[in-house]
Amino acid sequence: MSTKTTRRLLAGTALALSAALGLTACGVGQDPSKAAAEGGELTIWAWEPTLKKVVEAYEEEHPEVKIDLVNVGTGNDQYTAVQNAISAGSGGPDIAQLEYFAMGQFELSESLAELNEFGADKLADQFATGPWEGMSTDSKVYGLPMDSGPMALFYNAALFKKHNIDVPKTWEQYAAAARKLHEADPKSYMVNDTGDAGFITSLIWQAGGKPFTTQGTEVGINLNDEGAQKVTKLWQPLLDDKMVAPITSWSDEWYKGLGDGTIASLVTGAWMPANMESGVAEGSGDWKVAPMPQWEDGNMATAENGGSGLSVLKDSKNAALAYDFLEFATVGEGADLRISQGAFPATTKDLNDEEFLNRKFDYFGGQQINKVLSDSSANVVPGWSYLPFQAYANSIFNDTAGKAYISNTTLSDGLGQWQKSLQTYATDQGFTAK
Amino acid sequence: MSLTTLRPATTRGRGKLETPSQPKRNLLLTIVTGIVLVYSLIPLIWLLINSTKSQADLFSTFGLWFGHDFNFFENLTRALTYDDGIFLRWLGNTLLYVVIGAGGATLLAVLGGYALAKFNFPGKKAVFAIVIGAVAVPGTALAVPTFWMFSRLSLTDTPWAIIIPSLISPFGLYLMWSFAKESIPADLMEAARIDGASEFRTFWQVCLPLLAPGTVTVLLFTMVATWNNYFLPLIMLRDSDWFPLTLGLNQWNSQAATAGGQAIFDLVLMGSLLTIVPLIIAFLFLQRYWQSGLSAGGVKE
Repeated sequence: MSTKTTRRLLAGTALALSAALGLTACGVGQDPSKAAAEGGELTIWAWEPTLKKVVEAYEEEHPEVKIDLVNVGTGNDQYTAVQNAISAGSGGPDIAQLEYFAMGQFELSESLAELNEFGADKLADQFATGPWEGMSTDSKVYGLPMDSGPMALFYNAALFKKHNIDVPKTWEQYAAAARKLHEADPKSYMVNDTGDAGFITSLIWQAGGKPFTTQGTEVGINLNDEGAQKVTKLWQPLLDDKMVAPITSWSDEWYKGLGDGTIASLVTGAWMPANMESGVAEGSGDWKVAPMPQWEDGNMATAENGGSGLSVLKDSKNAALAYDFLEFATVGEGADLRISQGAFPATTKDLNDEEFLNRKFDYFGGQQINKVLSDSSANVVPGWSYLPFQAYANSIFNDTAGKAYISNTTLSDGLGQWQKSLQTYATDQGFTAK
Repeated sequence: MSLTTLRPATTRGRGKLETPSQPKRNLLLTIVTGIVLVYSLIPLIWLLINSTKSQADLFSTFGLWFGHDFNFFENLTRALTYDDGIFLRWLGNTLLYVVIGAGGATLLAVLGGYALAKFNFPGKKAVFAIVIGAVAVPGTALAVPTFWMFSRLSLTDTPWAIIIPSLISPFGLYLMWSFAKESIPADLMEAARIDGASEFRTFWQVCLPLLAPGTVTVLLFTMVATWNNYFLPLIMLRDSDWFPLTLGLNQWNSQAATAGGQAIFDLVLMGSLLTIVPLIIAFLFLQRYWQSGLSAGGVKE
């Protein structure tokens, strides 16, 4: 049902977009802080748990503002709900949480309010590059980053020590360590993976690949560039020799595996510590954080994985007020509130804050993990972009590239199939696919 | 009927005579029944055992035996107080949907079934055909069209979006209809009318008591259906303040799959246990009626 409406919607808007591009003049918006003083009502759809306290603090500061914070579902559930509300023309929120990969989809269908008129573009240097690029296109800002997920290597140091494994600095060493570990204990795996679009694209990102490019209605998809080839060359032998645990991330089996030594490491985003503290309690003291393994020894290049921002919907009747909340939650007092609850910041000020960097984590044996994670944030490879329909793309990953994890299809062939499906889809949507 | 009370006076050389109340033991049947019993009870036992575990024990100890600590009461308190006691709110919502939705559905089914069984009116056959047809259509298939309809009426994301569709139970209507047909003798209604009872009084004081077993059966059916309803609330509701338990538990469960979210598998298990307990109690109390209601109409007298 929704694909068909989305398709029509996208096809229509994609064509209209090129015509509209020249026409959108910058109107003079209402002053956000004035709107906040006047008051009003806001509806926010977000699943991020730390926002609750931010909303309370904002309401306390602005007694005339009433905010309804609703969790309509995580990730794709939320996007479906937002999309439905937009096509129904009513019942949608003023502010929606969007992951960086999903923003393009809503921007393209012209569902998001452009925030330059409120001065959002002047905040560019307050945010880390990766997240900022995730919320804006061509100097137009469609949302403010809330958190970020610069990647790092989370590893079970106790297990590494038991089997005499050094912390790998390069992907080559990582693969060798995976073999050594699995040989020493056949029940233990270095890593789990059953096909995860976010993970593979992040690896390609780190390797310098740029598989997705969008210019107007032209979409380029190349999942066989140099970066992608590096990734398949690394991962394929590990898959062939069954060095990768067939456990799906986020399942209860996964949580169990992280705790009992079945899965010895994770290469993932900086938001992971909060999940480990609550979901893998028995791993406390065993785990440590190291920089992401590198493609070239001595180099330092990383990628982002996950992370999300807040956008104002175009249909919002209270855009100025909504923007005031956005600033409060992302660069104002709300940001500190969220970080104190364990969120990983997207703002450079907080990423370089002494107190933040020096914080010792009991879970990680007293390690100052934010130093590693913040360093990763500073070294994210610039210039990455997702597809304008990445949410859809990720949803078909397992039907195409996912075959590589369960059959004789190679990962590179699987990525080729993914590319083909995506090109067909792009053409159906009214894009010119390359 | 008399067959069941007949007991053999003598047992001849062929061994015990088989009767419905004392069937011959069949080893194979006993084993098969035993397997089915174990199969149905193991998930419940698993749930009961694991509701006593901390999250750490949940992952590190054997599933069908107790963990290192006995955390049942701690889990119970935490489940009831987590997120400002949202679980109690969900429980209240579910009760609301069940009382009004299932209660209303039962009332409508009884009224409609009685009318269809005992009165003649034009179009009765068409109604019959529609009801039979509706029984065959699963509610899930109607959920999306219902959503569009309610969306037009601006009723989505309100309790009405759950209650109104729950009021309709074609199967309940059909059951009440056949039950009313079998259990209310026409002569009895005739007698009541001759004695001067109004139509309402005939229904309320004479027929309704006779319909009790069927009513309880339908009530149980609609109660279970509303209590366990997942798909309809899933597409109708956005605001978790109106969630029934089924959706609430799913929200708790998906917290573990959220970056920065708190994994609360222990509370999900305790919540699941708390969710099925009221249903088990309802069944234990009402099962007599349930059985007699289901078998009613099965024997030609």
